[in-house]
Amino acid sequence: MTTPDNLKYTESHEWVKQESDGTVTVGITFHAQEMLGDVVFIDNPAVGRKLKQGEECGVIESVKAAADIYAPVSGEVVAANAALADAPETVNKEPYAAWMFRLKPANAGEIQSLLDAAAYQKIADAEKQ
Amino acid sequence: MNQASLKITPLNAAHRALGARMVDFAGWDMPLHYGSQVEEHHSVRRAAGMFDVSHMLAVDLRGPDARPFLRRLLANDVARLTKPGKALYSCMLNNEGGVLDDLIAYFMAEDWFRLVVNAGTAERDAGWIDAQRRAVAPRLEQAARRDLAMIAVQGPRARQITAGVLPQAAGALGSLAHFQAAECGDLFVARTGYTGEDGCEIMLPAGRAAMVWESLLGAGVAPAGLGARDTLRLEAGMNLYGQDMNETVSPLESGLAWTVVLQTDRDFIGKEALAARPVERQLTGFVLTDRGVMRSHQPVRAGDGRGEITSGGFGPTLNRSIALGRVPQAVRPGDDIEVEVRGKWLRAKAVKPPFVRNGKVLV
Repeated sequence: MTTPDNLKYTESHEWVKQESDGTVTVGITFHAQEMLGDVVFIDNPAVGRKLKQGEECGVIESVKAAADIYAPVSGEVVAANAALADAPETVNKEPYAAWMFRLKPANAGEIQSLLDAAAYQKIADAEKQ
Repeated sequence: MNQASLKITPLNAAHRALGARMVDFAGWDMPLHYGSQVEEHHSVRRAAGMFDVSHMLAVDLRGPDARPFLRRLLANDVARLTKPGKALYSCMLNNEGGVLDDLIAYFMAEDWFRLVVNAGTAERDAGWIDAQRRAVAPRLEQAARRDLAMIAVQGPRARQITAGVLPQAAGALGSLAHFQAAECGDLFVARTGYTGEDGCEIMLPAGRAAMVWESLLGAGVAPAGLGARDTLRLEAGMNLYGQDMNETVSPLESGLAWTVVLQTDRDFIGKEALAARPVERQLTGFVLTDRGVMRSHQPVRAGDGRGEITSGGFGPTLNRSIALGRVPQAVRPGDDIEVEVRGKWLRAKAVKPPFVRNGKVLV
C-alpha cells in the first residue's frame, strides 16, 4: 500500500496522522521519497516552534536534490524524530513509519481540509506521467 | 525534449528490463539508478559495478599525421605516449584557452589514435576536430564510432570478473597497466574509469553489448546509473565537464594544470591565451563540517575572498557532504571556509582532492 487510507495528505507530499491525544504526526509520502531517491539528510523544525499552515519548516536532502517540508496544518511542534539524523534512509525504507515531527494543531478545521488517500493518489499518479 | 526524440544506447532495453529510473542526459535516455544509487555506489567501492557509457563517443584518427595533429589539438602532450596502448587524459581548448572538453586519448599505433569524448559535447567536438583537421592535416581520417557500445566495469573485483566473462580479453585484463588499453579481437579493453577505483572500460560492437551486459550481470556485477557515477567521480575528485569547467574557464583554474604542458616549444590551440591570462582562481575540494548538503552554484566565503561550489553533493563513502569549488588562489588545504546552503552559511574545510581513492578515505 503506497498511500494508506487512514492518513491525510497534502499536495506538497506530506502525510498526516491524527493521534488519539489530539496531536498530528507528519512525514513524507512513499511517492515523495521515490521521487527524491536516497535520503541522506533531514532538518526538522525545533520543538516549540509555532507554524502556520503551508509554512516552510524543514528540509529533506537526497543524493539528488533538496526538498522543503511544509507544515500541513498550523500548530506548535511538540516532538521531532531525532532518530532520523543517524538513519535518514528509513524515510526510503519505511516512509510511513519514519515520521519527521509532531504538531499540536491550532485549528482542528484545517485537518479536515487535507486530502484523503484517493485524492492524493491521483496527484501522485499524475506526477509519474 | 520529449522522450520520443531522445537518443538511446544499445543497452536501453536492458536498463528498462532492470526497472531503471531513466532520465534525459544530454539528449540521451539514460539510467539514473536501478533502485538505490547509494547501494550502487557502495557496490563499486567494495566489489564491482557497471555503467553503460555508450553515450560517450569514440573518435578514431588514422594516418601518419595523427601524432603531430594531436600535439597541436590537445593541451596535454601526446609525445608522452610512447608505448602502444598507453592513454592520456587531456583538455581540448579553444583559442581563448577555455576548455571545449576533457577526453582520453589512446595511442594504439603511430597511425591510429582514439579519443573518447563526453556525450554532451560530442557533436561540437567532432565538428571542432574536423575543422582543425581540414586546416592542418586534411589527409588524416576521422571517424566517429557510433557503431561501438561502451561498458565501464569498475571496482576492486571488476577486472577479475570481467576476465571470467570475456575470455578473449582475459589476458589483457590481467596484464594491462593503469591507463593502458589493448585490442582483443573485436573488443577494445582499457584500464581506465571515472570512479577512483580499479576497473576497465570495454568498447565493443553495438550488437554484442546486450549479451556482454547480461553475462556481467550473471557474474555478479551490479548495474549502476548516472547517479552513482556522479557521487563516485566526485569522491574521486574528478571534474565533470559543464559543471567544474567549461569553454569559458581555463584548465589552470580548474585543477587541471597537471594536464597542461606549457613549458614546451610545441604550439597547441589555446597556449598563447593561457600564457597571457593570469591565474587567479583554483578548483579545490571542500568537506562540510556542519550538517547539510552542498550543491553546485552555492556561494563560498573564504576570508575576504568569494567563490562558488561547482559540484556538490553527498559522498556515500564519507557519509558527509563534499564538493568541488572555484575559489581564490590564496585558499589552502585545512582553511575554514563557509558555504551558503539554502540561505544559511555553513562551515566547511578546504581539502586537496581526491576525497576517496581505491576504497580508502583520504580526507
